[in-house]
Amino acid sequence: MLTHLHKQLLNDYQHDFPLSARPYQDIADELGVTENEVLTAFTELNTKQLISRIGPVIPPNHIGVSALVAMSVPEQQLQAIADKISAYPEVNHNYEREHLFNLWFVVIASDAEHLFDVINEIERETSLKALRLPMLDDFFIDLGFKLDLTNA
Amino acid sequence: MMVDETDRKIIQATQAGLPLTTQPYQTLADQLALTAEEIMQRLSAMKNSGIIRRIGAVPNHYKLGYRFNGMTVWNIVDEMIDELGQKVGQLDFVSHCYQRPRKLPEWPYNLFAMVHGKSQDEVDLQIRKISELLSDNNLGCDVLYSTKILKKTGFRSAMQHATD
Repeated sequence: MLTHLHKQLLNDYQHDFPLSARPYQDIADELGVTENEVLTAFTELNTKQLISRIGPVIPPNHIGVSALVAMSVPEQQLQAIADKISAYPEVNHNYEREHLFNLWFVVIASDAEHLFDVINEIERETSLKALRLPMLDDFFIDLGFKLDLTNA
Repeated sequence: MMVDETDRKIIQATQAGLPLTTQPYQTLADQLALTAEEIMQRLSAMKNSGIIRRIGAVPNHYKLGYRFNGMTVWNIVDEMIDELGQKVGQLDFVSHCYQRPRKLPEWPYNLFAMVHGKSQDEVDLQIRKISELLSDNNLGCDVLYSTKILKKTGFRSAMQHATD
């Protein structure tokens, strides 16, 4: 069960986390609770993995370059191919999806040349064609995601 | 603005999360041999210039009950993609919205929008809303649901590589 404080921290502090010497104290002052209560509540959210972290969110391609890549992998080879691809340190997200293109991953590298090299190498290693889908434009204005926590 | 080595160090150190200590920037400063003031100034400058989109709690949607996560993909008339992409990106149930290249003939879709709901019905309704917004400018669409997360390391380890 989430307390009122948990819900406030989840919904109202997805952006504008204070850049001050005692940020948790500042949040406590805004919410009329103690610094210790804020720290405890954040620690609980962290431990229960209801937040992945508190910190800066970096839009894609602002540091390093990345591309979304899709592959159509024969079902019986999927796990083996996925394991090979996940082994690349440049690959971060790797998802199986229900589609003819059933393997989707993100490659992130220091520059475009390195990015192309990694994707080419993955194609060679798997003998499968990679659909290269780099981001061309970002339409998302990230003000955080409004969570429905009524039953949480 | 260009990020320098110190900025990268700060970003990298915060990707695992700000410390849950009374003075988190001071804790970071001790780890990085910087001052808390410098860390706050640099984070503030990166935020103002858009290098950092936001600083705050990053909710884990899945653990909070958002079990239905669909990658919706749309084939939008080229002349309309800027205007419509911005409208889709503003919908409160969309968490990412990007233009990507078509790869014809096998991939005709140029707009990607991630949607999240607590039930299939909720996601279906969200997709209908996007479809209505796009109207005749939508030449075709598909929704891809993830069946398995095979790797999700987040930005951190990839960043270390990107900054090598």
